[in-house]
Amino acid sequence: MNKLILGRYFPGDSLIHQLDARAKLTSAIYFIVILFLANNWQTYLLLAVFTILVMFLTNVRLRIYIRGVRPLIWLILFTVCLQILFTSGGKIYFSWGPITISHFGLINGFYIFCRFVMIIFISTVVTFTTKPMDLTDGINFLLQPLRKLKVPVDEFSLMLSIALRFVPTLLDETQKIMDAQRARGVVFGEGSLVRQMKTLVPIFIPLFTSSLNRSEEMANAMEVRGYQSGKPRSSYRQRKWQLKDTVSLVIMFILTFSLLVLRT
Amino acid sequence: MASPIIEVQDLSFKYDQRNNENILTDISFSIQQGDWVAILGNNGSGKSTLAKLLVGLLSPQAGQIMIAGNPLTEETKWEIRQHIALVFQNPENQFIGTTVEEDVAFGLENQNIPFSMMKTKVDEVLDLVGMTPFRKADPSRLSGGQKQRVAIASVLALDPDIIVLDEALVMLDPKSRREILATLTQIQMTKQTTILSITHDMDEAMFADQIILLENGRIKQIGTPTEVFSKITHLEPPFVEKLRRTLQQKKRQVPEMFLTEDEMVKWLCK
Ligand SMILES: Nc1ncnc2c1ncn2[C@@H]1O[C@H](COP(=O)(O)OP(=O)(O)OP(=O)(O)O)[C@@H](O)[C@H]1O
Ligand SMILES: [Mg+2]
Repeated sequence: MNKLILGRYFPGDSLIHQLDARAKLTSAIYFIVILFLANNWQTYLLLAVFTILVMFLTNVRLRIYIRGVRPLIWLILFTVCLQILFTSGGKIYFSWGPITISHFGLINGFYIFCRFVMIIFISTVVTFTTKPMDLTDGINFLLQPLRKLKVPVDEFSLMLSIALRFVPTLLDETQKIMDAQRARGVVFGEGSLVRQMKTLVPIFIPLFTSSLNRSEEMANAMEVRGYQSGKPRSSYRQRKWQLKDTVSLVIMFILTFSLLVLRT
Repeated sequence: MASPIIEVQDLSFKYDQRNNENILTDISFSIQQGDWVAILGNNGSGKSTLAKLLVGLLSPQAGQIMIAGNPLTEETKWEIRQHIALVFQNPENQFIGTTVEEDVAFGLENQNIPFSMMKTKVDEVLDLVGMTPFRKADPSRLSGGQKQRVAIASVLALDPDIIVLDEALVMLDPKSRREILATLTQIQMTKQTTILSITHDMDEAMFADQIILLENGRIKQIGTPTEVFSKITHLEPPFVEKLRRTLQQKKRQVPEMFLTEDEMVKWLCK
């Protein structure tokens, strides 16, 4: 269960950890947008250096970042291959019907690869260094304009935060149920695929019923403590916007400006 | 006598409409403001069900509940819940916040109270239940007794007029239980808070102003501890009553009536 890297939080006190969730989220989204400004090796190099610098500042080891890319590697390679095989231009190394491997294709493929990896790295920087609750608060803040369109943003973020809070509980519960079934003689992860699937049924059914019970009890507890959706609520988690956060946004603008100068 | 803060009239309830048997049948009682009421009964006698009915989580098939003179209905329940709070029997799933302090603040957030006031209140109640060192902890990782303390703190933070405790102290060690009981008694005295405590602890029940004894969803007996314990002999009696009965069996000249602790001490010293 501990293999899950994507969306995990790594406690720490680095500069990036200290930034406000809103600043981090805005900067990350902004970075992904300006990534599309890059169109030559200078701009890509600049962005790569920036990404590596930010990753370095988080004090999370590079190995962990790379593990985060791994689940998506096939998707990335597939896109890169398409890009290489169907772009033409420049010197042609190989050609077969509509498929060509050209100089441009290779370069483009490489750029696409870098772009993917940078997007993943920058988003993992945010999730690694921000507590899930701060992240939901940040998302809540960024989505506030949607309230004008009658989108229930606050309810949505409360839902998200409760869901996040239940992830460890559910993992614990799965472990408990697996242990209980093991004690009754079930063997997991052995035999044919069909057999392995069958052993999962006695895990999912109790997990399902207990989750339903849990959510009912939880809804009751929320109701008794006066939670009414749509009513204005204050927040105990306070967000503090510091100078650092402003500085981070300024850095993003400088980065944009440099990209505009360097791109061809 | 002042008008009662809780008045229950001919309450009947069942979970499953297809069933003929009620879980609760013809429950009627009234409770004065500032009283400590113990609700006793065997497992499955309907105590938790009654608690849920009192806060409007379930609605009765017959009868009605009046809280502070207002009937409890679908429309009034939100208003009434500002006056009555419930600590559930199972401390597992009543946590909403990710840290102890956030969880205690949840009820205050719902009342849209500004941060600085919330902070003072949270500090105060965490101190009352002795959970200040754990304020940043994850509630789901606490021990059973610690969870119950946090649950009590969450309720105290709201300053309700009525607190319903559904076996809310069972996981506490004897010393902490005494301390929390003392805290609750203090609050009951100073703020005239009404406390309904569902319990299996007879020594706690002895201190109640009133005991409601349920059996199979009906009220078996209702009255002061003296009345209830002297009439109902099959109930596991509190320590002083056990002492009296043992002495009686040994043919000592003990009073026929149930005694409170003070009376027993006086009698023994005679
Ligand atoms: N959600 C439910 N749906 C159907 N029946 C229920 C439900 N909750 C409780 N019951 C039934 O109602 C009866 C009374 O349950 P209740 O929980 O009120 O008992 P209790 O007096 O609190 O017992 P305990 O001392 O064990 O806490 C039991 O027979 C139980 O099976
Ligand atoms: Mg119960």
